[in-house]
Amino acid sequence: MNIIKNYKWVWFSLVLLIILLILKPAKGILATQITVQNLKSVALILPPIFVLIGLMDTWVPREVMIRFMGEKSGLFGALIALFLGAMGAGPLYVAFPVAAILVKKGARLAYVFLFLGAWVSIKLPIFMYELASFGAKFTFLHVFSSLIVFGIGSLLMEKLMSKENVALIIERADKLSA
Amino acid sequence: MSSEVLYGITFVLLAMSFIKDRGKTKKALKKAYKSLLKNLSMLVSIMVIMGIVLSIIDSNYISMIFGKESGIYGILLGLGLGSVSFMPSFIAFPLGASLLENGAGYPQVAGFISSLMAVGFISLSMEAKYFGMKTAVTRNSLALVASISFVFVVWRFM
Repeated sequence: MNIIKNYKWVWFSLVLLIILLILKPAKGILATQITVQNLKSVALILPPIFVLIGLMDTWVPREVMIRFMGEKSGLFGALIALFLGAMGAGPLYVAFPVAAILVKKGARLAYVFLFLGAWVSIKLPIFMYELASFGAKFTFLHVFSSLIVFGIGSLLMEKLMSKENVALIIERADKLSA
Repeated sequence: MSSEVLYGITFVLLAMSFIKDRGKTKKALKKAYKSLLKNLSMLVSIMVIMGIVLSIIDSNYISMIFGKESGIYGILLGLGLGSVSFMPSFIAFPLGASLLENGAGYPQVAGFISSLMAVGFISLSMEAKYFGMKTAVTRNSLALVASISFVFVVWRFM
């Protein structure tokens, strides 16, 4: 039973894929190929990311995280959030488990949102690639506008958030990062 | 390239951890394995659904709607399409570059590329598991605002 329940979304998506394969075989095969290609590239990234999460969980004490990225860490905490996000690898959804361990260890929420913002806009490997594909001006404008919007937006999000919502996020982070 | 750096860093840290404390390292690996298992179901289903969405979206259609004359409609379509679909950057960037070569406008491509990376409509349910639906929607809206600002800046300065 557990296999069915724990993986219900996988089953659901596979049923969708099978329906597509039956109704439109050509599209279905294409969808399967894209999925396999995606799985391959993400499977490469996942093991080190989760090992890093595990190492961070056992080696970084809460007090240290609070000092570096907590409520009173100031501009330094924001810079660490940007650095962690820029060092990220992989698509947005790989960042959520990392965000959860940051929350669990006591990082300030605004900085966790800033970390996610950096992950989707100034990630270093992507930055190099963007530079090569679109040129310096395009890339510079992207980084510049993203930093401003995510910087202000992250602070606003934290400010406008209700206490219950903050408690909920912390509770879920504790639960989801083992 | 990036995954090799990631593996290198992970390996060095893991070795340092092992030298300092074997028990703690074992515990860390156990935690890594456990949280990977916890997230695996969500990750795999998102990737299957992205594969389906991507196979349905037609690349000819994409290049058609991004022409220089498409103006604000092309921008809105680019933002919308970028928000709901997902492509790894090693596919999206060359696609964007070839769109530009084939006469697409910079603002349209900017909207498409930036929302592609920052706004995750398909991964919204996973994000909501971590942050709750309200916060997940707010964060994605913020990402959309960032993409729109980028489009505006590109429109003004390029």
